[in-house]
Amino acid sequence: MNNNKLNNCADCPIHNIGNLKKLGINMNNFDFVVALAGNPNTGKSTIFNYFTGLKQHTGNWPGKTVTKSEGAFEYSSRKFKLVDLPGTYSLLSTSTDEEIARDFILFGQPDVTIIVADSTRLERNLNLTLQILEITDRAVLCLNLIDEAKRNGILIDDRLLSKELGIPVIPTSARNGQGMNELLNVIFEVATGRYLCKPFKIKSKSKDLNSAIEEIVELLNEEFPNLPNKRWVALRLLEGDQSIINSIKTGDLGNIYKPADLSVKENI
Amino acid sequence: MSQLANRDKIISTANKLRWELGDNLYDALMETIYENASEISSKVIIYSDKKPPFNLDRYLDKILTSKYFGIPIMFLMLFIVFWLTISGANYPSSLLSLFLVDKVHPFLREVLLSLNLPEWFVGVFIDGAYLSTAWVVSVMLPPMAIFFPLFTLLEDFGYLPRVAFNLDSIYKKAGAHGKQALTMAMGFGCNAAGVISTRIIDSPRERLLAIITNNFSLCNGRWPTQILIATIFIGTLVPPYLAGIFSAGAVIFVAILGIALSLIVSFFLSKTLLKGEVSTFSLELPPYRPPRIMQTIYTSLINKTIFVLWRAIVFAFPAGIVIWTISNITIQDNSIANHIISMLNPLGLFLGLNGVILLAYIIAIPANELIIPTILMLTVSYLGMNEFSAGSGVLFELESVEDISNILRANGWTLLTGINLMIFSLLHNPCSTTIFTIFKETKSLKWTVISTFLPIIIGLSLTFLITRIWSLFN
Repeated sequence: MNNNKLNNCADCPIHNIGNLKKLGINMNNFDFVVALAGNPNTGKSTIFNYFTGLKQHTGNWPGKTVTKSEGAFEYSSRKFKLVDLPGTYSLLSTSTDEEIARDFILFGQPDVTIIVADSTRLERNLNLTLQILEITDRAVLCLNLIDEAKRNGILIDDRLLSKELGIPVIPTSARNGQGMNELLNVIFEVATGRYLCKPFKIKSKSKDLNSAIEEIVELLNEEFPNLPNKRWVALRLLEGDQSIINSIKTGDLGNIYKPADLSVKENI
Repeated sequence: MSQLANRDKIISTANKLRWELGDNLYDALMETIYENASEISSKVIIYSDKKPPFNLDRYLDKILTSKYFGIPIMFLMLFIVFWLTISGANYPSSLLSLFLVDKVHPFLREVLLSLNLPEWFVGVFIDGAYLSTAWVVSVMLPPMAIFFPLFTLLEDFGYLPRVAFNLDSIYKKAGAHGKQALTMAMGFGCNAAGVISTRIIDSPRERLLAIITNNFSLCNGRWPTQILIATIFIGTLVPPYLAGIFSAGAVIFVAILGIALSLIVSFFLSKTLLKGEVSTFSLELPPYRPPRIMQTIYTSLINKTIFVLWRAIVFAFPAGIVIWTISNITIQDNSIANHIISMLNPLGLFLGLNGVILLAYIIAIPANELIIPTILMLTVSYLGMNEFSAGSGVLFELESVEDISNILRANGWTLLTGINLMIFSLLHNPCSTTIFTIFKETKSLKWTVISTFLPIIIGLSLTFLITRIWSLFN
C-alpha cells in the first residue's frame, strides 16, 4: 500500500525513472561529473550500481570500497559521469582511501556531490557533510537507509534539514529503490543550475580564527580569483597542509578550477 | 615574478597566523564542526515514542561477538560453508568434465583433423590449450558457484566486521592492526583483492604486515587443489558417509593453519623488521541486514565467479600450450617435461613432494588455479599411461575422482604426498597478479621480494619437517 503512494511520482511523465538510461562504463561525452561521497557503509556503491547498471561489489561492512570507480548514466537526455568514492569519516585524516575521496572532491571539481548519509546515525554523518559543504557549493544530501531509521524509531524532518543545510535533502532506501527518482531529479536540477545551493558554512566562535581565515581568503582572491573553495583552502593553510602549500607554490591550485560553461550546459 | 611574490606572501601569512593562533587549531575546528552538527541534528530528528520491543541486533551481537562463543561460531560457519561447497560441487564437477572433456574434446579433434589441419596444430590447440581450459572450468566452476554466493550472503548480512571484532585482540597481541582480520577475509576470495583492501589501514607499518601476510589466506584459486586432494587422500581414510565431513575438516585445518601462520609471521616481523606501536582504531559494527538472496546469488555468480573463471581461462589457455609443447618435444628419446621432472624428482622427494609438483608450480606461477590440471597432465605424460591418455600430455576419460586418484597413486603418490601438497599449496609464492599488486601498493622491490619468497621458504621447511617426522613413524 505504502509503495503505491510513493511511486505516484514515477507515473508522472516529467519525473520518470524511465528517463534514466544506465550507461555502464560508457563514459563518452558526458555533460556533468557527479561524485558519491559519505561515511563508510552508507550505501554509496548501491546507489552507484542503481544509476549506472554496473555491478560494483557491495557488502555490509565499512571499508568495502577502497578505490574510486567510475560509471555513467543518462537522465533527461543529459549524460552524467558518476564517481563512487571510498567512504570516509572526515576529510582531515591521512589514510590512503580517505585521501582519494578528499582529493577528488577538492581537485576533481565534481558538478554535483551526492553526500550519502546513514539516517540511523545522522549526527555523525553530518560531521562529514559539513566538511564537504566547506569545499563545494553544489551538493545533495541523500538520507539513505531511511527505512532502517524508521524501524529504529527515528524520524527526520528532511525539509527542515534542507533549509538548515541550504542543499536538497532526499530520504532514500537505495536497496529497495525508494526515493531514487527524487534523487535523480535533484541531481539534474543542481547540475543544470536550476537549484541554487546556499550551503551552510561552519560557524566558528573563535574571532581570531575567523579573522585569520578572512585575511588569507583576501590574499587568495587576488592570486586565484576563480578558486571556489577559498575558505577551505585557507583553513588547510592555517593547519599547514603540505599538499595544499605545494599546490600554491606551483600554481596548480589555480589550474584545477575550470570555470563552468553554463551556456553550453543550458542548451538542451 | 609578482605572481611568485604573491604566492609566497600567502604562505608566509598563513605561517604567521598559524603561529598566532596556537596549536589547538585542529581541535578547535573539530569541536566547532561537532557542535554545528549536533545542533542541526537535534533540530531535525524526532524520536518516535514507541521503542522497538526487542532489539535483535544487540541480541545477535551478544552471541556472535561473545568472548566464549564468538570464535567457535566463526569456525563453525566456516566449516558449514566449506562442507556445503565440497559436498555440493562433486556431482556438477564430474558432469561438466564428462561433457567438456569426454564429449566435446574428441568431437573438436575429429572436426579439425577432418579439415586436414596438421597433427601438431590440433595437438597444441585442442590437446593442450582447450583441454587445460576445459579442466579448469570443470574443476573450478562448481565450487566457486557455491562458495561465492554463500560468502557474499554472510558479508551482506554484516558478519565480516564481527569477525574483525573477534580477532582484533589476537591481532593486537601479534603487533598487527585489527582490521587485518578484514583484509585477510578478503584474501580468502582473492589475494590481489586482499592486498588492495589493506588501504583501509592507516599506519604504513601495519599495512605492510597485512600485505605480506595476505598470501596466507587460502585464495579461491587454491581451494580446488585443497578440496580435490583432501577428497582423494583424506576422505578415503574413513567410511564414505564420513568422507565429506573429514575432507571439509582437512581443508578447514589448512585454512586455520594459514590464519595461525599469518599471526606468527606478523608477530616475528613486528618484533624484527617492522617494529612499532599498535595503533588504535574504531571499528563500526553495522546493523545486521537481511541479505537479498536472489540478488546476491545473481551478482556473485555473474560478477565474481565469471570474473575469476575468466582469469583462470585466460591463463589456462597459454599454459596448456606450454604443457603440450614440453611434453611432446623430445630430446634424446624423452620429452623436455620428462627431463625436467627427472631432474627435479630427487629434490621433490627430499621435500616430501615430487618432481611433477615442483614443475607444475613453476608452470602455474601465473595462476594458482592451474595446479591440478597441470599436475594431472604432467603425470600422465611422465608415466605414459596410455589407458588414460591419447598421447603425451593429453588427458582422457577421467570421469571421477577415483580415476584421478588411480593416476596419482600409480605415480607413487601417498597420503604424505597429499598432505604435503595441501601444505605447499597454502605456502608458496603468491600468483603473478598478486605479486604485481604488492609491488604497486608498496612501491618497494624489497617488500615485494620478501612477500614472494617468505611463504616458499616456510612452505618447503614445513613439508621437509613433516616428511622427516613421517619417516620416523613408518
